[in-house]
Amino acid sequence: MPDSVPDSVPDSEPESVSETATATSTATATASTAKATTGATIELENLTKRYPGSPNPAVDEVNMEIKAGELVIFVGPSGCGKSTTLKMINRLIEPTSGRIRINGEDVTDMDPVKLRRKVGYAIQSSGLFPHMTVAQNIALVPKMVGWSKSKIKSRVEEMLDLVGLDPGEFRGRYPRQLSGGQQQRVGVARALAADPPVLLMDEPFGAVDPITRDHLQDELIRLQHELHKTIVFVTHDFDEAIKLGDRIAVLRERSHIAQFDTPEAILTNPADDFVSGFVGAGAALKRLNLTRVRDVEVRDYPTVTVDDPLQDIFNKLRSGNTNEILLLDKRGRPYKWLRRGDLMRARGSLARAGTLVHDTVTRDATLRDALEAVLTDNAGRVAVTGRRGAYEGVVDMETLMNSVHELLEADRLDAVEHQHELEEQRAEHTHREQEGADTGGEERA
Amino acid sequence: MNFWDYLGNRHQQLLTDAYQHASAVFQCMVVATVLGVIIGIVTYRSDWAGSLATTTTSTILTVPSLAMIGLLIPIVGLGVAPTVIALTLYGLLPIVRNSIVGLRGVDPSLVDAAKGIGMSRVARLFRVELPLAWPPILTGIRVSTQMLMGIAAIAAYASGPGLGNEIFRGIASLGSKNALNQVLAGTLGIIVLALLFDAAYVLIGRLTIPRGIRA
Repeated sequence: MPDSVPDSVPDSEPESVSETATATSTATATASTAKATTGATIELENLTKRYPGSPNPAVDEVNMEIKAGELVIFVGPSGCGKSTTLKMINRLIEPTSGRIRINGEDVTDMDPVKLRRKVGYAIQSSGLFPHMTVAQNIALVPKMVGWSKSKIKSRVEEMLDLVGLDPGEFRGRYPRQLSGGQQQRVGVARALAADPPVLLMDEPFGAVDPITRDHLQDELIRLQHELHKTIVFVTHDFDEAIKLGDRIAVLRERSHIAQFDTPEAILTNPADDFVSGFVGAGAALKRLNLTRVRDVEVRDYPTVTVDDPLQDIFNKLRSGNTNEILLLDKRGRPYKWLRRGDLMRARGSLARAGTLVHDTVTRDATLRDALEAVLTDNAGRVAVTGRRGAYEGVVDMETLMNSVHELLEADRLDAVEHQHELEEQRAEHTHREQEGADTGGEERA
Repeated sequence: MNFWDYLGNRHQQLLTDAYQHASAVFQCMVVATVLGVIIGIVTYRSDWAGSLATTTTSTILTVPSLAMIGLLIPIVGLGVAPTVIALTLYGLLPIVRNSIVGLRGVDPSLVDAAKGIGMSRVARLFRVELPLAWPPILTGIRVSTQMLMGIAAIAAYASGPGLGNEIFRGIASLGSKNALNQVLAGTLGIIVLALLFDAAYVLIGRLTIPRGIRA
């Protein structure tokens, strides 16, 4: 009997620990930044960048509306102008023509230095200044905008807390004394230090190893959950885009928007061959990563507990419409699957009857995890657990298949709708362009 | 009179010369450093201006120091003026070159980051670029100082201050019994001064190069 315990314990313990950790950090964050700025809208209008000496613009008439508090990903092959487009938002690269509006305010002609202090900026390989300590790096922008010393000091501590680094330990360190992942965290902390409504991230996790990248991505999702900034994030990694993005803009050369939609829609209904090529193989499998077990129907299963009298268990097995029943341990955690006849063969002893539950999934697990568990289970089902590993229901192959089909169908409908909008926009755009060309011709005549 | 007796007899004169020598080099180094770093800052951004600055300063360095002082005497007269001008000009090259190399060597992504977080042009220069370029600039200053120590001896030719006087006096009275002692005292004095200055630079490096970028 004790050998069943370790099965469920690792499932439940880390979950409850991380839950409390997040809860406290949320509490501190809300306590100290009650007035924290949330996201602002960003509008790009006919944004164009031409470099002298090249016939084609590097970025050609980008139109885009980004909602407040949205995490938008620019994804595309290298050299497609995604980074250039991003850098035009804080005018590290001055647009040749077009307008940029942040929260409705036209910032195209504003003093770029002032603009950049209101827009957080995090880059690959962190961009930390090696001659300043972690605290000095984070304090840079607050200092420039004239915060008081004491406010800056507490803000530095708060930011380090926010990105999961212990202020006491890391405050006085120099960047080279940190690992790549820690540097990246400090980079994000610095970008957020003056509480900007907008955060621009240029391939921020491009230079760290895959495991650290995964952690940093989770961290960013958590941060965004707390802060609701408007984030524009550039990457060439489509899987990263799917994991992080509320919406993804797939860009082709000259920053033309091939598709701008939710990850779900792009996966199920890529706009064209370019997008589907970028999505790569296994779109349906990737889609499974985007849905959690809590989003699908979890079936109820007949259960008994180890404390129930044997006779009750017999009755339930006989009367139930399934030929199987789930046996829970004393704390309500899935313990064994019992089939009809198992008890007979074991001569009425629970200790010897049935098959042990090997794998369970939580409600937060992705459908991909669930599918994995179902596929490895010899009867094609897996128990879903909640807090402390307690039984909540069962997911089997059939439920999964049905849910996935429904999801894909819904995605497809959404995507078709968005596609129409985009096409209309594009048509209007071409129309205007032609008219513009006409008037230009008349003027010349 | 052996060398030690000579030192004992003339220590007053020698110390004065040494002090003046050090003082001349130090003051010229301050001027050369300020000028050199400013020239570096002004020119490092453009290819042609940078190479113009380094070519000009290295051309100056190829002029023999004796000739340079000789050329300066008709223009500014004898004494301190030609010494200071010559020393400052010679001191420029290593500083200008290392300033340009150092400033150009700052990781462009860091400059980009500095811009991106909203640092003004001036803030970028003083808070990011110069501190990061400081170690090579300091090396330039060190090299310059060593060089000026030697060149300053020639200044005695134009009745300038310093230990050069001792050497020139010795050379002028070759054959007399103190000639060798004079040359030796002047030369050794310059070497000792150079070593002292170098030690001072090591200390300055320790104090001014942030721990985060110290090698």
